[in-house]
Amino acid sequence: MTRWFGFLMIAGSMIFMSPASGQAPKKAAAPSKTTVPKTPWGDPDLQGVWNDATSTPLQRPGGVGAKDVLTDEEAEEFQQQLAHDLTRDRRDGGADADVNRAYNEHWMDSRRLKITADRRTSLVVDPPDGRIPPPVPLTPEREKARAARTAANARFNAGLPENYVDMSLPVRCIIRTDSPPYLPTIYNNDFQIFQSPGYVVIAPEMIHSARVIPLDGRPHLNKNLKQWLGDSRGHWEGNTLVVETTNFRPDDGAVYQNASPETFRITERFSRVDAKTINYEFRVEDPKTWTKPWTAVIPWTRIDPEEQMYEYACHEDNYDIVHFLAGAREREKRGETK
Amino acid sequence: MATMSKSSRITITFVAAAVALTALIAGQQRPAAPTSPPAYRAPRMADGHPDLNGIWQAMVTANWDLQDHDAQPGPHPEVMGAYGAGPAGQSVIEGGEIPYQAWALQKKKQNFEKRATVDVSSDKKWHEIGDPEIKCYMPGVPRVTYMPFPFQIVQGSGPAILMAYEFASSTRIIRMNSKQEAPTPSWMGWSRGRWEGDTLVVDVTGIREETWFDRAGDFHSDELHVVERYTPMTPYHLMYEATIEDPKVYTRPWKISFPLYKRMEKNIQLLEFKCVPFTEEMLYSRFSKR
Repeated sequence: MTRWFGFLMIAGSMIFMSPASGQAPKKAAAPSKTTVPKTPWGDPDLQGVWNDATSTPLQRPGGVGAKDVLTDEEAEEFQQQLAHDLTRDRRDGGADADVNRAYNEHWMDSRRLKITADRRTSLVVDPPDGRIPPPVPLTPEREKARAARTAANARFNAGLPENYVDMSLPVRCIIRTDSPPYLPTIYNNDFQIFQSPGYVVIAPEMIHSARVIPLDGRPHLNKNLKQWLGDSRGHWEGNTLVVETTNFRPDDGAVYQNASPETFRITERFSRVDAKTINYEFRVEDPKTWTKPWTAVIPWTRIDPEEQMYEYACHEDNYDIVHFLAGAREREKRGETK
Repeated sequence: MATMSKSSRITITFVAAAVALTALIAGQQRPAAPTSPPAYRAPRMADGHPDLNGIWQAMVTANWDLQDHDAQPGPHPEVMGAYGAGPAGQSVIEGGEIPYQAWALQKKKQNFEKRATVDVSSDKKWHEIGDPEIKCYMPGVPRVTYMPFPFQIVQGSGPAILMAYEFASSTRIIRMNSKQEAPTPSWMGWSRGRWEGDTLVVDVTGIREETWFDRAGDFHSDELHVVERYTPMTPYHLMYEATIEDPKVYTRPWKISFPLYKRMEKNIQLLEFKCVPFTEEMLYSRFSKR
């Protein structure tokens, strides 16, 4: 049970950090044409296993003030503070915290305790304050859906889910960090990139899907077809792979931050900056969700070829979903309500 | 037609003999070798190996039953009517039948009887009964190859080939010339590839013992060892062969084979068959609040 609470709480805290202000970001370095290796058929070569774990928060936290990039000394302190906050091996919170943290560092990706090599204070690079732009007020219909989801989450967090739909899509093993944009989380932050003439295929470790990106200029799927991971089309701009994704399903939670599937736009850019790094940049916009578009950059680090990517099964042994539900029914029998 | 007349039989024998004789004569001019690889030479990748890239699909009904099978009603015709029914098909097994040990044949029959029943009431029972397909599990090898869904081979210049399947968004990484053993059992197994001439040979071990081969309850143990062979035959089809070995369950290794056809539609692409939402009600509703 701790396992899923752990996943939700930590993933949630990494994605939604507290607000702060900042100034103009340092532009990500442009890839040098001479250093980018090519496939035998002439495309920039992105093949390999990459990992996007980092402790650098999506949004710039308050403690480091307005700085967008830190000095070495500041970076060391920032990293230590984040690592202290994130570690699951701390024993300073009393018995309840210990029980919650029993899902400890053994299970976690240790790379997530380090900030990005460029010492930024947020993954968001635009707006320059490192913060996601303010939300647009929700329509009554979307507000109703949001409230329903909040209530379902509350039932789940109280250990009293009514049915499997009360659980989130990641807990139900439908989509996890394989849905764009790709954001770092507590574990399984690996992505293996395959290429063949006319295609780039990204295989995220979690959950074992393959995102096939055609590069031949074909149109998107007809808008009647909807997919959990959307429908991706790519092209090269110099040495950068540019991917546009549309046709997302309208289900609750299927689109990033519950943006509106009809108006949500996402553009991802994959640039190989050196032998060991791809800069992954995503820009999202949705006039029904955010007051303006915003952009984040996350470095992907090539992992040691000896350390391969293995199968991440999820649904096949998702015993906890039954534990949650059977436990809730038992608690109801005993008259427990929270 | 119940029987064949004596004269028909004689005629057939005569015609067959004539055909054989013609073949023999022809053979003197141009030696025939019906079992050797065809003359087709597949397009090459830069490394000189055949290019197997494409979206492929089996057109057999082996997912219903590897062996000969008549058309059949589904497990719940009272609800599903003809929707749940399965097509007839010929065996894809060399020799027709799976050489089960006696106990294993009994277990296969039990599997079939409970193929549409699930019980997730305890962790231990979770995998005991029910076809993994009905629960939307990754199908394992070789079943994933003949699920009635397409799959894509992604062959580039790296040390691995990806096989991406539409069913349940399953994937498997074929590690070329790898010496590493399966680190732990997994649903899609541990696949190591090598080239034998124009044939991609994939050695698969470490397949979770809970996977099945078909809806007929055909199964294996944790000692399953599958060797697959993908041979390009024309621009439009590969021959697929798999040798299946499991000393705990069968009396000898056995082999299946069938063609994989290239999907030629303009702009063909894999779509999603994320079936978890289609099975949750069956798996979990007994634990829902009433």
